[in-house]
Amino acid sequence: MFVGQFIFAVLFIAALIFFAFNFYRLLALLCLGRWENRFDFLLTRLKNMFVYAFGQLRVIERPYGVNHLLIFWGFLTLLALNAEFLISGIFPAFSLSFIGRIPYGLLLTATEIMSLIVLISVLIAVIRRLFFRPAYIELSADAFIILFMIAALMVAYFGYHAGEIHLGKTDWAGWMPVSGMVANLFSSVSTEPTVQTVTHLCWWIHALVLLAFLNYLPYSKHLHVITAIPNCFFRSFDYAKTVPRLIFQRGNEFGISRITQFTWKNLLDFMSCTECGRCQDGCPANHTGKTLNPRDLIHRGKLNLFTNGRSILAGRPLDSLLPTPADAEMNSPLIGNGENSISEADLWHCTTCGACMTNCPVFIEHVPKIIEMRRHLVMEQSKFPEELTNFFMNSEQRFNPWGLAPTDRAKWAQDLPVPFVEEGKPVEYLFFVGCSGAYDSRSKNVVTSVAKIFNHAGLSWGILGNEEKCCGDSLRRLGNEYVFEQLARDNIATFRKYGITKIVTHCPHGYSTLKNDYAQFGGEFEVLHHSQLIDQLIREGKLTLSKKSNGTTVFHDSCYLARYNEITEAPRNVLKGTQSGSGFVEMPRHGQNGFCCGAGGGRMWLEELEGKRINTERTEEALATGANTIAVACPFCMTMFEDGLKDLDVVDQVHVKDIAELVAESME
Amino acid sequence: MHIIVPVKMVPDTTLVKIDPETNTLVREGVPFITNPFDTHAIEEALRLKDRYDAHVTVISMGPPSAEWVLRRALSLGADQAILLSDRVFGGADTLATSKVLSEAIKRLHNEHPVDLIICGMQTIDGDTAQVGPGIACRMKFTQLTLVDRILQLDLAQKRIQVRRKLEEYYESVEASLPALLTVVREINSLRYPTVPKKLESAETMIPVWSNEILKLDPNTIGLKGSPTNVRRIFAPQREKGEIIDAMGDNKDAAVNMIIDKLFEWNIVIQN
Ligand code: SF4
Ligand code: SF4
Repeated sequence: MFVGQFIFAVLFIAALIFFAFNFYRLLALLCLGRWENRFDFLLTRLKNMFVYAFGQLRVIERPYGVNHLLIFWGFLTLLALNAEFLISGIFPAFSLSFIGRIPYGLLLTATEIMSLIVLISVLIAVIRRLFFRPAYIELSADAFIILFMIAALMVAYFGYHAGEIHLGKTDWAGWMPVSGMVANLFSSVSTEPTVQTVTHLCWWIHALVLLAFLNYLPYSKHLHVITAIPNCFFRSFDYAKTVPRLIFQRGNEFGISRITQFTWKNLLDFMSCTECGRCQDGCPANHTGKTLNPRDLIHRGKLNLFTNGRSILAGRPLDSLLPTPADAEMNSPLIGNGENSISEADLWHCTTCGACMTNCPVFIEHVPKIIEMRRHLVMEQSKFPEELTNFFMNSEQRFNPWGLAPTDRAKWAQDLPVPFVEEGKPVEYLFFVGCSGAYDSRSKNVVTSVAKIFNHAGLSWGILGNEEKCCGDSLRRLGNEYVFEQLARDNIATFRKYGITKIVTHCPHGYSTLKNDYAQFGGEFEVLHHSQLIDQLIREGKLTLSKKSNGTTVFHDSCYLARYNEITEAPRNVLKGTQSGSGFVEMPRHGQNGFCCGAGGGRMWLEELEGKRINTERTEEALATGANTIAVACPFCMTMFEDGLKDLDVVDQVHVKDIAELVAESME
Repeated sequence: MHIIVPVKMVPDTTLVKIDPETNTLVREGVPFITNPFDTHAIEEALRLKDRYDAHVTVISMGPPSAEWVLRRALSLGADQAILLSDRVFGGADTLATSKVLSEAIKRLHNEHPVDLIICGMQTIDGDTAQVGPGIACRMKFTQLTLVDRILQLDLAQKRIQVRRKLEEYYESVEASLPALLTVVREINSLRYPTVPKKLESAETMIPVWSNEILKLDPNTIGLKGSPTNVRRIFAPQREKGEIIDAMGDNKDAAVNMIIDKLFEWNIVIQN
């Protein structure tokens, strides 16, 4: 046995060193990124780590995730005895039994049961992958290698212990029910020497697979075993609903075109992907046949980090954890068409709907990365789909996407009882009309309804008229931060000039931008979406809805309400108030799991030439509910559904209405 | 190769309204822009720069505030900008304007011979289309107006071939360099400046040439040198036709009305 012990000791130490080296390299790769402070709110972070990493709350949001939870917890339980196993390989006398007879016995039993559960879970996983594989999961050798390793570990574990029991080498047989059963099997079929060989073999299999497993991890998607826990700890709290502000100074670079320009947390994201495919499953672009696949995008980021990062690290002494030098050469471009690069087309396909981020069990933040890369294309390269040139110029020169006269912004309010804010005469609420409300003929009826509702409820409110400018949402998501910042500053200055403290919008994009993005520029206002304010007015009894409708209504959640700002109840409350019976239905994908209409992230201004149109897909889903009214709370969604209904030729049977229109219709 | 692009800052006339009572232009709150035709002239010059590594100089005659039009051109990639600004240049018609511009171009030409001058076809505030040809005459350059495509440019032979977009047909003509082109909007689609270039151009010093530099006889420039006399500005009465308001609530109805009219006037014939 001594020779065996020696060989094992050498292997064990080599494996540990190799693992430590790999771990250190990962750390060095992270340090190549820029600094970002994610060490605030440590207690909340700890809580998050327990709930989401150890509790796997997001993993088990899908039923199959329970299988993963079991394997994960199985492994955690197994940790102690596996450590004991490895150490006793060198020092045979080592045992954890010093913790006391009962605790140690219980540990043995727990490990036995968990091992069996893990084995069964692994089998289920293999069967699922082979025969019931969902579309969003790729058939990769990687997954099978890992599953095979885990299974081998469990089988070897039982084999070894069963052998020990059979040979009478252990005092703990009573605590090992599963191994005990296997031992019985041994007794019935084998001779003593065979059992001895098998036991020996199992020990070595267990030992070698364990060491191999440890060192295979960093080279596979199972790197997440190491990175996912810290990634949950360092997650963004504001759900990555905005992007960092830039400083427009000469000499600065705007946006990201090299992997090492990302912060370390972004790099950790790339390394944490489990390739579960849930982001892909929620992605409207991917669903409708575009090449964008958020899973693949993250994977490419990881490959890019590995190829470029490793060559940067290769050129420096082993002990340095330094950031990337400014002149570091990249052998693979981050944005490009190679296999380690992310294509421009993919970046433009994204609607920034956030479904990927809501679905990701390990809180990877896709959208801010996409926007950073768009920023580079727009601001450094001036490279973007042609249609955007006009959009950018119009927004810059005329403060609206269509290039309509800024002096016509308040035209919709002519001849309507719509108050304008005036200096020295404060109003409680500023109604920020937004470009659609001001110029789009269909939205005009929505803002007119909002005005009716506010007047009916006796609210103190007003609009800015021609002084209002585009909120800049699309610009920011498209990466044109420069123009966005100008608009944001101008609007904030106007809000201040009139002493505005509360703002209400009917557009979720304006809502989210004013609320989450303007804060970076010192614009801290109380911002409400009209669904919230109307809901509040109904509750306070200031609005009575007496003319109830009796049709069937389905509500489409806008991404920037439901996902970005977790507003799902207010519009539903409002809608239910306008209905007489139980005519309110839901689509299969709703609330935070809703499906984008296709217009977010500036896609409103882009042609959609590849694959199926996203709005068609969503309109079909809405029609399948049998509803005759599709209720929306967003002017972009409105346009997308109107177009969808036209394309499907059902404009006469089904109508799209903003919740404000439905409320106005229900008022006396 | 040296290309000169004369540009003008104009009020955004699409936003200018005419006061129906006084018949004067309501210019209040109307922003200034680069004359849209000129933006295409700049773009064409920059395209030639990309291909032939040309040196692009942008000049503009106007008040000091017209400087930003030049900065915009610099941010797009022009190499040099000069503002021609002096009180005595003010109030100029097309004759006096082309005089000042030509004088400046001559100075530039002496330093670095000019091969091409590219102008917008016309300005949106004057609509005369005279300044470009005026410069060509004074410079004794070949003039090629209403160009919608440069077909060929042979720098060695000093020849250029362009397509002109005329009312009912295209005309392809060849001429020798140096030449002056006036371009229509269809010639290209515009580029968009990068932010580093924007920031850089914001800090560039733009030389201002006054009449102390150009030394022109004050009687031949500005208001004094302008024989044009504006008698009256008025909104012409529309004699026929009608406007169908598509911005109203019912777009479909508007479209249907237009289609009906097309049939009614036999512009579209059903078979
Ligand atoms: S934000 Fe939406 S469209 Fe963009 S990658 Fe994520 S899921 Fe796809
Ligand atoms: S990014 Fe998140 S959701 Fe997408 S595959 Fe990776 S772990 Fe899964």
